[in-house]
Amino acid sequence: MATYQLNVNGQRKEVTVDPSTPLLWVLREDLKMTGTKYGCGVSACGACTVHVAGVATRSCVVPISLIGERPVVTIEAIGEDPIGRAVQNAWVEKDVVQCGYCQSGQIMSAVALLKHTPKPTDTNIEESMGGNLCRCATYVRIREAIKSAAEQSK
Amino acid sequence: MSASTKKATELNPGRRNFLRVSAAAAGGLLVSLWLDFPVTAQEGGPPNPTQRTYPPDAFVHIRPDGKIVIQVNRLEFGQGVQTALPMILADELDADWSQVVAELAPADDVYKDPMFGIQMVGGSGSIAHSFQQYRELGAKTRAMLVATAAGRWKVTPDQCRTELSVVYGPGGKSTRYSELARDAARKDVPASVRLKDPSQFRLVGKRVRRLDSGAKCNGSLKFGLDLDLPGMKVAVVAHPPVFGARVKSVDDKAAREVEGVREVFEIPLAKGTGVAIVADKFWPAKQARDRLKIEWDFSGVERADSSQLREQYKQTARKAGMSAVARGEAKAIDSVNARNLIVAEYEFPYLPHAPMEPLNTTIRFEGDKAEAWAGSQFQTFDQMAIAEVLGLKPDKVTFHTEMAGGGFGRRAVTDSHVQREAAVIAKRLRGTPVKLVWTREDDIRGGYYRPLHVHRVEVGIGADGMPSAWRHVIVGQSLLAGTPFAMMMKDGVDNSSVEGVSDTHYNLPNFNVSVHHPTVNVPVLWWRSVGHTHTGYVMETLIDELAARGKMDPIAYRRKLLKPEAKKLHSALELLDTRSAAWRRSLPRGHAVGIACHESFGTGVACAVDVSIKDKRPRIHRATVAVDCGLAVNPLSIESQFQAGMAFGLSQLMAHGAVTLKDGIVEQRNFDGYVPPYIGDAPVVVDVHIVPSTEAPTGCGEPPVPVISPAVVNALSKLTGKRYRTLPLVTV
Repeated sequence: MATYQLNVNGQRKEVTVDPSTPLLWVLREDLKMTGTKYGCGVSACGACTVHVAGVATRSCVVPISLIGERPVVTIEAIGEDPIGRAVQNAWVEKDVVQCGYCQSGQIMSAVALLKHTPKPTDTNIEESMGGNLCRCATYVRIREAIKSAAEQSK
Repeated sequence: MSASTKKATELNPGRRNFLRVSAAAAGGLLVSLWLDFPVTAQEGGPPNPTQRTYPPDAFVHIRPDGKIVIQVNRLEFGQGVQTALPMILADELDADWSQVVAELAPADDVYKDPMFGIQMVGGSGSIAHSFQQYRELGAKTRAMLVATAAGRWKVTPDQCRTELSVVYGPGGKSTRYSELARDAARKDVPASVRLKDPSQFRLVGKRVRRLDSGAKCNGSLKFGLDLDLPGMKVAVVAHPPVFGARVKSVDDKAAREVEGVREVFEIPLAKGTGVAIVADKFWPAKQARDRLKIEWDFSGVERADSSQLREQYKQTARKAGMSAVARGEAKAIDSVNARNLIVAEYEFPYLPHAPMEPLNTTIRFEGDKAEAWAGSQFQTFDQMAIAEVLGLKPDKVTFHTEMAGGGFGRRAVTDSHVQREAAVIAKRLRGTPVKLVWTREDDIRGGYYRPLHVHRVEVGIGADGMPSAWRHVIVGQSLLAGTPFAMMMKDGVDNSSVEGVSDTHYNLPNFNVSVHHPTVNVPVLWWRSVGHTHTGYVMETLIDELAARGKMDPIAYRRKLLKPEAKKLHSALELLDTRSAAWRRSLPRGHAVGIACHESFGTGVACAVDVSIKDKRPRIHRATVAVDCGLAVNPLSIESQFQAGMAFGLSQLMAHGAVTLKDGIVEQRNFDGYVPPYIGDAPVVVDVHIVPSTEAPTGCGEPPVPVISPAVVNALSKLTGKRYRTLPLVTV
């Protein structure tokens, strides 16, 4: 066990956990922030995507010991960001979700994409979103919502 | 469900088929259905199979603050029923939609499916079976509110009208539902009530957005796996590597050393035994499981091998099985000249459902009662199973329906094996709530797959290019054998293996269908659209091959071969033809169009896809789909189900879209071995067109699935000249 000072959604958090504990489980079980989802545990589905120092990161494979001072942003706070808000609005506007379980991760990946590529092409979308599995397969609307959010954020 | 409903005052105890009301303790009106069967006025609907009496419970609660809380008698796991059923009720109620709140109902008799007699989601029946039920609930509640207002104003109900949760009377009088609810609760429930003419619908038929979107987009919605109770522990189970194997010995020393681990003990499973680990949190439980050293006892356990099964099934398919259909001359096919004969052998792998939210169940056992939380498609069975393990009566197990992250059939398990595991663990931890988590590896390797199938089909072709004889042998494990649904099997034939062939709407003369149901040590389960996953593929690729051989247009060929009474397929094909004509005429070089149509669960679907080949894989540029599902309750949701459901259907075309077994051991572990469709595999654009209809609504959850795979390979066949009869589609 070790104690870590974290910066999550702009707040200082302290947790005492085993150093190998993935960020995902610290968020979900220690900080009780369950918006970030467990889907595979091996970085293959993207349901656990968060931003670490602004980079879309699979939190299920990053041990807490590697996070350090870098700020972590999760789905719970992404709406405070203008692009995050635009993406969430586009998701609701386009009625993207079905079961919804993967959508936290989809939204976090989409926000990261739009921050780097404000006007993404279909190829950009497929590359950036290519690791985010949606078993309901809501991909057509994910694509539409990203394009709509890009328009809104101009 | 609020505790107040338990104190409900029964006003008309002797009457059947009536609504039951009560003054809720918190104020407001609670209405619930108490009837044998919602008077299913849908013409041609199946008759009520059993005359059951529902115990009282509430469906509608009009709160003093104006909120209208509607109980949904189904699991919501993506299909949109948590929005659609409240829409139906709210429409007849003339409720203000912006004030409607939907809740997933707990396990209770009153929430059982009116047709199936258990609380469940399946067979795309949520809307089909509860449309009339929810309309009546809304209309009767409205009638009681109107009667109350009319009484206050000393006018007749006919002089009143309703809109947006307000009753309007003569002379400019008006009053809100919330102000009437307490008094309305004391009224008799009308025995019958006039329902709206469809032209009067204000919500039904409109594109209404989902009620659960906002909470699913900001992380606030709690799924079953997100549940957190005071003092809760987390459990994982080490399952045997071969189905049914037992623990011979376990060295748990290293596991117990993990900080946060509380208990390690052997437990019985649905098949074999395993080792449960209970810890404070998931991560220590998982770490401890990784450190267990278990020696397994494989004695007497069949070790299935999927490659061998394919070969065995192919041999078996050369002989007729149990007859499902025998029409015309059985021997007709034997006299067909080889030049006019197609002999086609198809292979389909085991398929996992792999819903995004891993399976889980939370239980707190308190000796004389228990509480359970699960995203369940079969609440009735799961509640009974938990009760049985805990030695309780089912009504002593309060069963909460949790929002679920997908299912596709995986949460409709007749042996309730996940809930039983959770109950065994909770029993040992008496007084402490425990959440059992199946990891993704447990899910992929844990069985309950769409069964492996082989089809062998011989088709004779007449001089007109149409089929002259058709002999079809299917080999695959039965889904129903050994389950409470086994009584639905007829003469040994499990209809869920042959549906889609045996009930084909094509006019096939000298048509013989038979089936073999081998017994294999691999648990199997319905996978979204059930038998149609493979039967639709076989039928629609063969019909396409016949059209191609006859050099006929694939849409025209299908319409010629379909019986005239196959109205939904004709209407879907006609609409598809119109809506896709423009793009089908102007395909870029290297692209081909593929067509398929299929009816399942009463819904007719036709689709056209624009496909090219990229990196030896199909690239699907566009899909146009036409749907006849009767009255479209929520066209926005139907569009969404079809856009996404078709992409889900591509699961079986993926290069790594299979579960394989060697020496009894599943060879895939996670999404790196079993790879479902990602965004680049799905169609880029899907346009959905709904046939206008006022017929009774039919399902839209499963019918999108069967058409896409055959449509895609039909296009590939045009590009490559090859036929694709072995899945998964490893390479083009």
